[in-house]
Amino acid sequence: MSILLFTVLTLCVLGVLSAVVLYFVARKFKVEEDPRIDEVEKMLPGANCGGCGFAGCRAMAEALVKRDDISELFCPVGGGDTMKAVATYLGKAAPEKEPRVATVRCGGTCEKRPRTNTFDGARSCAVASSLYVGETACAYGCLGYGDCVTACAFDAIHINPETGIAEVDAEKCTACGACVKACPKGLIELRKKWPKGRAIYVSCMSRDKGAVVMKACKAGCIGCGKCEKVCEFGAITVQNNLAFIDSDKCRLCRKCVNECPTGAIRIIGLAPLPKAPKAAPATPAAAPAAKAEPAAPKANSAAAKNTVAETAEKVESVVNKKEE
Amino acid sequence: MKTFPIGGIHPSDNKQWSKSSAIEAMPLPDVVTIPLSQHIGAPAVAKVAKGDKVLTGQLIAEAASFMSANIHSPISGTVTSVDMLPNAQGLRQMMITIKREGDEWVEGIDRSDKLVTECNLDSAEILARIKSAGIVGMGGATFPTHVKLSIPAGKKAEFLIINGVECEPYLTSDYRTMLEYGDRLIVGVRILMKALDVKKAFIGIENNKPDAVAHLRTLAAGIEGLEVVPLKVRYPQGGEKQLIAALTGRQVPPPPGLPIDVGAVVCNASTTVAVYDAVQKNKPLIERVVTVTGKHVAQPKNLLTRMGTSISALVAVAGGLPEGDVKVLNGGPMMGRAMINLDSPVTKGCSGITILDGREAHRNAAAVCIKCAKCVEACPMGLEPFFLSKMSQRKSWDVVEANRITDCIECGSCQYTCPASLPLLDFIRTGKQAVMGIIRARAAAKK
Repeated sequence: MSILLFTVLTLCVLGVLSAVVLYFVARKFKVEEDPRIDEVEKMLPGANCGGCGFAGCRAMAEALVKRDDISELFCPVGGGDTMKAVATYLGKAAPEKEPRVATVRCGGTCEKRPRTNTFDGARSCAVASSLYVGETACAYGCLGYGDCVTACAFDAIHINPETGIAEVDAEKCTACGACVKACPKGLIELRKKWPKGRAIYVSCMSRDKGAVVMKACKAGCIGCGKCEKVCEFGAITVQNNLAFIDSDKCRLCRKCVNECPTGAIRIIGLAPLPKAPKAAPATPAAAPAAKAEPAAPKANSAAAKNTVAETAEKVESVVNKKEE
Repeated sequence: MKTFPIGGIHPSDNKQWSKSSAIEAMPLPDVVTIPLSQHIGAPAVAKVAKGDKVLTGQLIAEAASFMSANIHSPISGTVTSVDMLPNAQGLRQMMITIKREGDEWVEGIDRSDKLVTECNLDSAEILARIKSAGIVGMGGATFPTHVKLSIPAGKKAEFLIINGVECEPYLTSDYRTMLEYGDRLIVGVRILMKALDVKKAFIGIENNKPDAVAHLRTLAAGIEGLEVVPLKVRYPQGGEKQLIAALTGRQVPPPPGLPIDVGAVVCNASTTVAVYDAVQKNKPLIERVVTVTGKHVAQPKNLLTRMGTSISALVAVAGGLPEGDVKVLNGGPMMGRAMINLDSPVTKGCSGITILDGREAHRNAAAVCIKCAKCVEACPMGLEPFFLSKMSQRKSWDVVEANRITDCIECGSCQYTCPASLPLLDFIRTGKQAVMGIIRARAAAKK
């Protein structure tokens, strides 16, 4: 009995002593943290996507509280409302930014961009693009293995099985930029978000010369510069055989859409301008498009049906193992 | 019998298709395309423009830096373009296209078959000739040979190792070279020994080529310090580090360590023959032996081909592509790269074309890793491929760097042995490229 009593007493004394030591240690080494950081963190969406450029929402909250000027900081997921709420709470000026949306700049669907070979390596865009040009003759187009899909934390980007190209759900997209980083071809761009999903953009990233582009894909930008000439707002520039529409300057006037001979300028959520007044320029524009027709089957026949991967044939390996 | 200490696999060698066909000279091509980057290092700088007339053996592109190599015209004719053209993987590269007119050679090249055994040049002169001939490692790595032979200050070469292993399944170009050009090879070895000032040289040959071993032994008899060593058959014995370990028992330190750090210099057998041609005959590297092989190839062949000849011409000489879906590899099935463009040219590093049919090339669907560690056992570099692959997939570059991903020699043993058919090497290679990029960026930032 006395042993039991002794044990219990010793443990109690030890416990009390440790508690006293811990109390003083905790006081001595206490880390002062601004309580507002916790509050701001609660206001942020908590997706930890990294779209703001910080490691997570906590790091962003810290920066918001500590910096005097928060005009450079922006949470793409929460958007303007969240930033306004945070700024009001902290008594700082709210950063303003127009909402943006990820846009996949490739229009090479299965029918427009014929497959010339089959890839049998790991289903990853990063792997395929490090090995070779891809399943089509275009070195710039969407590979369709979905590295962007894996990277998206909001389920906003998917590969369309019919076209083989990644498509963005503008409703779900928060413009965090994760897919932009994941795409090894650099196809995804964050563009100004118009209401109702409206958009006009060059759905091609090929910097090859026109003739090469037309051989590989019927929907590619050939860098002819017609759109650049017709644009009244100076929003379109052609560099390295590729047109680019600056989404901040574009007013969705749709003039460039009818000019494009290959249909590389894509229009979403808007009706194209009526064809009637465009009848005159439409005829010469059709000429280069017609040229593309005979070129495409050539690309088809030239490419042997190969498959890509660098492993030994497994059939042989099985035979070999049996022999052993 | 000697071999390397860890890892390795035993794929069936499949050399039977082409091993008995003697080297045959390809007819001269009518058009050649010459990529400016046929070697590791900076691409060469074109010295000709459209419309220029060139002669066979004329310098058409000059080494851009020390780590680069000269390129010579393999035929005589007119330059029709210097432009970006798709390579075997469909990626655009700067290439010189030449249309053939006759076959006129530059003066000063000895084209006779007479064997010149005497070499009175000194080490620096030999090196200069090798450099001007644009010789690079012809086993596939295409490392400029003059860089390899320029021993950095403070280091000393002790051994010269001639790599006649050819452990890659299917390929027989080095084997036929050793059998048919053995006398030139032996003179080449003596020239290299003189250039490096070494007393000891090994010729390593896998034991599945006993006739090559016997042939070279007869030729090497009486040459002091030269030893022909048969090696146990095991892939990847032809890897530089594996071969050094097998022959000398020394281990090359991890990158940026080089074979010279353990006193070894390794040269491929075909490269050694090219060294002979360059030094004794003043002939630049404009042709090489290429194996065209495969179970379904009508006439598998070893072809002496001018550089820049299109791969489709070689395939046509061997009887054309088999019916149905095929996979055409530039190289063998382990290390070779699949091609999508058969109009691409033969380059300095192209030792063979392997053609597999759909069934042979089939890859099983990837299952999940069961952590059986077969890949760890197979890795000749002592790495953990399953871990590196997974971490590369997750883009954890710091983790893979710490786990020595840059040591990977991309031999594919892990992927070959994986019972779950995981594409291990696919991811490891991507990871290795990313880490190499990070290391380069770090080094650049330090400067």
